[in-house]
Amino acid sequence: MSSAARANRDLLWQRVAIATPYLWLLLFFLVPFAIILKISLADPIVAQPPFTPSFDDEGALAVSLDNFRFLLTDKLYAVTYLRSVVIAGIATLLCLALGFPMAYGIARAREETRGLLLLLIVLPFWISFLLRVYAWMGLMNNHGVINNTLIWLGIIDTPMQMMYTDFAVFVGLTYSYLPFMILPLYATLERMDLDFVEAAQDLGATRTRAFWDVTWPLARPGVIAGCLLVFIPAMGEYVIPYLLGGPESLLIGRVLFDEFFVNRDWPLASAVAVVLLLLLVVPIVILQRNQARDAEGEA
Amino acid sequence: MEHRQEQSSKATGARKDFIRIRNVSKHFGDFVAVDDVNLDIGKGELFSILGGSGCGKTTLLRMLAGFEIPTAGTIEIDGHDVTNLPPYERPVNMMFQSYAVFPHMNVEKNIAYGLVKDGINKDEIAKRVDAMLELVQLGDFRRRKPAQLSGGQRQRVALARALIKKPKVLLLDEPLAALDKKLREHTQFELMNIQYELGITFVVVTHDQEEAMTLSSRIAVMDKGRFRQVGTPKEVYEFPENRFVAGFIGTINTFRGRVTAINEETISVHSDELGLSLPALGKHAVEIGQEVDIAVRPEKIFLDRDRPTNDEDTILQGVVDDLGYLGNRSLYRIRLPGGRIIQASSQNRRRSVTRFLEWEDKVWVSWRPRSAVVLID
Repeated sequence: MSSAARANRDLLWQRVAIATPYLWLLLFFLVPFAIILKISLADPIVAQPPFTPSFDDEGALAVSLDNFRFLLTDKLYAVTYLRSVVIAGIATLLCLALGFPMAYGIARAREETRGLLLLLIVLPFWISFLLRVYAWMGLMNNHGVINNTLIWLGIIDTPMQMMYTDFAVFVGLTYSYLPFMILPLYATLERMDLDFVEAAQDLGATRTRAFWDVTWPLARPGVIAGCLLVFIPAMGEYVIPYLLGGPESLLIGRVLFDEFFVNRDWPLASAVAVVLLLLLVVPIVILQRNQARDAEGEA
Repeated sequence: MEHRQEQSSKATGARKDFIRIRNVSKHFGDFVAVDDVNLDIGKGELFSILGGSGCGKTTLLRMLAGFEIPTAGTIEIDGHDVTNLPPYERPVNMMFQSYAVFPHMNVEKNIAYGLVKDGINKDEIAKRVDAMLELVQLGDFRRRKPAQLSGGQRQRVALARALIKKPKVLLLDEPLAALDKKLREHTQFELMNIQYELGITFVVVTHDQEEAMTLSSRIAVMDKGRFRQVGTPKEVYEFPENRFVAGFIGTINTFRGRVTAINEETISVHSDELGLSLPALGKHAVEIGQEVDIAVRPEKIFLDRDRPTNDEDTILQGVVDDLGYLGNRSLYRIRLPGGRIIQASSQNRRRSVTRFLEWEDKVWVSWRPRSAVVLID
């Protein structure tokens, strides 16, 4: 093969490599999103599919923002969005509070044991997610393992109500998403040079002070990545609140599901999804712009 | 340089045991990193701990800084026992080998860090940061982040940050290791100037003998957790006390032999390998028949085309096996009749394109009895 041909081939491969993730995004994110967006601008009808076409018989554009207007007028949606943000936010903080010491411990463990500890963190993924949530039901039931043990020990007389409360939802969310917090945190902490902490101590900072002055700010990229990885899926989580939460713990994932499958109001469900996406995307874009600016300051 | 070192120890009143290290050991499990070490370092000294990797020098430095607590023994600084004090309570600051300049703070904030932790008021901090920036000539870079600085500049930030608290002792871990040759020479003199100006006691850890020789007022040569010799650079180089020190610092030719005569001012050592007696000047604690090494530095060896006439000298004949021209001097490897190769070096005093010696030239090798070092252990 001539060198020109080889260069051509290399260039082609390079383009394929760059194009693949874009193609992936286009096919599995942008196109579906465009469809959802289109449906959200339609009206529901009893038909197949259950929404009005975007163009009427004369070929004129037939879209309306009615669904979005409805989201604003019915307080249920605003309250549910807010509740979802709060619940996902608290679950994220719980994951951070639990995950940071764990990631720190693994990053500072001896090199031989780190692999094993990381394996233990991801091990639960080998079992179906649904099974693990059911296992928590078995643990937290009124006649579950936890209540039975506490009664047997004489600590309580009557079972504590854990299932079908926000508490159970937090347990479920924190348990399920903890690995997503630990892994990026570990990656950041493991790379961090211990000299920075020692230098801070050498200059008069106590261990605690050195942590807040040096370790925490240097771990920020990992903290942000971990929080996003937990917060985003927790926001739209459907299964955990459905199985563990009470009837009153209505989250946006549940609303979305009900609008689609119970009410068969596809346009309104689509509008709920579009707003959810915007709620998630806007803060991420702001965060990323901040980080880019920080990086520029350092470069 | 030497003159200045003498002066600085005089000027500071020369408290000889400003740092007192007594019977200090450090064990990591079964491994003994530092083994029952004693050392006094004087006030205002620029002291180097020199040794290969794993010799325990870094552990000793970390015990001085407070990052490791000795398994046994005590460390005193300026009359106060600091053995068990945490790093943040010691009158000691350290410049790390990696510099450890905080990447998320600019130059100014890095330098001010130690003072902020001490709760010094803002005006005082600003004043002292300005003075430090001037000392290390980084005034124009005060708002820069570390990533925007060169390696040499980052090192100066690390130095300023460690000096701003006016520590009683500054610890430097391999201070020049990460710099290129030109910058290294420059920084070396800068460090010495700063040390002289501030009169702070410097303890340097290094594996680089040249660095230790030029920087320090005294050197401790360390091996397997123990000091093998403590002395001025001259003492350590010219009068090594044992084979390890002789071999570790610089190049040296050694000849095994047995003591055959002990006179008033010299001893004689017979080498079977060379088939002759090697005289060495000085009194030594040896007995007749004891096995010792006679060692000679390459630059103490004379090379001549004609047989030298001074009969007191050790004189051998050999052939040039290899030679290297280094600009300022030349290195020679001379093959002796028995096949043994010794190293010699000479200054290139004359400017010439032709060589004084060529490969396979016959050459006379000689050295003075006083150049010969007797090594017992």
